[in-house]
Amino acid sequence: MKLHSPVRLLLAALLVLGASLALLTWSPNRLLTGQGLGLGSLQTAWAAWLWLPALPLLAGPWLPERRVLQWLQLLAAVLLSSVLLAVAGQEALLRSGGEDSLVRVSFGGGFWLLQLACWLQLSEQLRVLADSVPRRSAVVLAALLPHAWLLLDGRLDALSLLKEYDNHGETFGQALQQHLQLVGFSLLPALGIGTALGVLAFRRQGVRALLFPVLNVVQTIPSIALFGLLIGPLAWLGKQLPGWGIAGVGMAPALLALTLYSLLPMTRGTLAGLAQVPVAVRDAARGIGLSPWQIFWRVELPLALPVFLGGVRVTAVQAVGLAEVAALIGAGGFGAIMFQGLSSSALDLVLLGVIPVVALAVSVDTAFKILISCLRRGQHD
Amino acid sequence: MIEIRHVNKSFQGQQAIHDLNLTLPAGELSVLIGSSGSGKSTTLKMLNRLIEPDSGSILLAGEDIRRQSPDSLRRRIGYAIQSVGLFPHWTVEQNIAAVPQLLKWPKSRIQDRVTELLTLLQLPPAQYRQRYPHQLSGGQQQRVGVARALAADPDVLLMDEPFGALDPITRHTLQQELIRIQALSGKTIVLVTHDIDEALLLGQHIVLMEHGRIAQQGKAQDLLLHPASDFVRHFVGQSDTGIRLLGLGKVGERVRQGQASGEPIRADRNLREALSLFVTRQVTCLPVVDEHGQASGVLHFNDLLGAAA
Repeated sequence: MKLHSPVRLLLAALLVLGASLALLTWSPNRLLTGQGLGLGSLQTAWAAWLWLPALPLLAGPWLPERRVLQWLQLLAAVLLSSVLLAVAGQEALLRSGGEDSLVRVSFGGGFWLLQLACWLQLSEQLRVLADSVPRRSAVVLAALLPHAWLLLDGRLDALSLLKEYDNHGETFGQALQQHLQLVGFSLLPALGIGTALGVLAFRRQGVRALLFPVLNVVQTIPSIALFGLLIGPLAWLGKQLPGWGIAGVGMAPALLALTLYSLLPMTRGTLAGLAQVPVAVRDAARGIGLSPWQIFWRVELPLALPVFLGGVRVTAVQAVGLAEVAALIGAGGFGAIMFQGLSSSALDLVLLGVIPVVALAVSVDTAFKILISCLRRGQHD
Repeated sequence: MIEIRHVNKSFQGQQAIHDLNLTLPAGELSVLIGSSGSGKSTTLKMLNRLIEPDSGSILLAGEDIRRQSPDSLRRRIGYAIQSVGLFPHWTVEQNIAAVPQLLKWPKSRIQDRVTELLTLLQLPPAQYRQRYPHQLSGGQQQRVGVARALAADPDVLLMDEPFGALDPITRHTLQQELIRIQALSGKTIVLVTHDIDEALLLGQHIVLMEHGRIAQQGKAQDLLLHPASDFVRHFVGQSDTGIRLLGLGKVGERVRQGQASGEPIRADRNLREALSLFVTRQVTCLPVVDEHGQASGVLHFNDLLGAAA
């Protein structure tokens, strides 16, 4: 038989490797290291159904490039991913025993590897099947529907991760709110200042030469160090201006640091956007009598917008990630949950603080990609 | 009429234009020609205040151009450049409508004007008005560029090497069209080029510039037959002068009674093309037809010599 796709061979190998590792781990309580549960030792009766979607994926490397077969493999990947999650939920229910039991069933290495293989498979098939960002995102959203249903229907409640969520439900909601605040309130000023700096840097060579070294240095300061550096001056400022809510730790220094970090990608995105407007277009605009203001609003801004939004996208994704560390100086957010998990060596609590951030970052990234791609299509280039 | 009086301009201490005095006649196509650094583009850009002179004055229809703001002046003067510079995010129609919109023309008038201009530049309006620049060939883009420059019906049209980036065939077509449009509209056109053949073909008034000064100005024949200096003689092409002179005359001007065999040449072709035919066919006499294909006589090889006007 002819090998059609080395990439899919790699993914099939990943699948085999994942199947050979422990799918779940079982431990008598949340702090003890668990013992692995392989695919062979599952108690869930219908776990054998996993083979059904796995087969086309294992045969994938040798299947010819036909649209029907590609859709079939995509469907199999989605199916495998969701059945895997359902099996994990069911197995946890069978093995945890009762509401008050301290037993914890968590995801094992095999589960993560198999999920990874499934989603890589999905993106590999999407690469050929869907050519536009909005269409791709729609398929991915549809692929997430079974997972969402499993989660909302309570079929995963017995898993350790969901138990952690149950125990920290209130903190979780608060963390989400704080995290969004951190991202939103650092992005807004960065958007304003960064855009202004970008326009200024574009207009004046001198500003550009001075600005970027400074912003580059800010960007290279490790986030923890920057948070630390700001404690001193802000604490002093807080003393000078009581009642303004400024302090060395908490929301204020975190917002300030995140804003500083956001300035470089914002400024660079604005500058790059303006710089790629063709010189001829700008010259012609001036030559036919558009005023500088009209050139900016009617020509430069719309032409720079896709690249500019690319800068906003990078900035936003970066802010979502960096806000995680802000918990160290008491700004809250999902980082607080993660650090609590780390300090009590509860791995599932760490995951509870990390997974939402990953999801948030991916959603922000996708939302901007869709927006930019629609914009580009609107501009017909 | 455009009058340039005692204009000087320096860039970073380098004098680009030296005390320039120049009158460009109204209703004619004037060509500014010279090698790079001769100041031809600078001169053109001073006419719509893209570059401001250091001293001297420029009059447009008797009025100093500094009495208007640069933006409103530019809206009265068409401007087309080599790189075209169409707005990539606007349709052909929106591009052409740019200046009329700035001048706040009513919508219906703008629409009619776009239709008129697309027709004039031989781009069928129904087919082209909703297209985007990237869907057009280089030649079509420059047609739209010229249409945009003509949109608000300016008295003066400035063109900065408008056909420089086009392939020879497209360039030739657009040159012919410019002659046609100029004859039709009677606009004052100032065109910058470094291509002497383009200058001889298009220029009713040719201004040859060197180092920010005028080396010679006048009609094509003046420059070819009576070059004012060695520089001019060299620039218009010493060895090709005779050929270029032939390019200025038409077959119809030298036709005689008579009959000859072979493929005929049209009376509106230039004598340079006729010479080429004589040589390639190895004949001394060519039959001539008018634009309707009716025989109108013959052209003898010896009659080419009468070409010097």
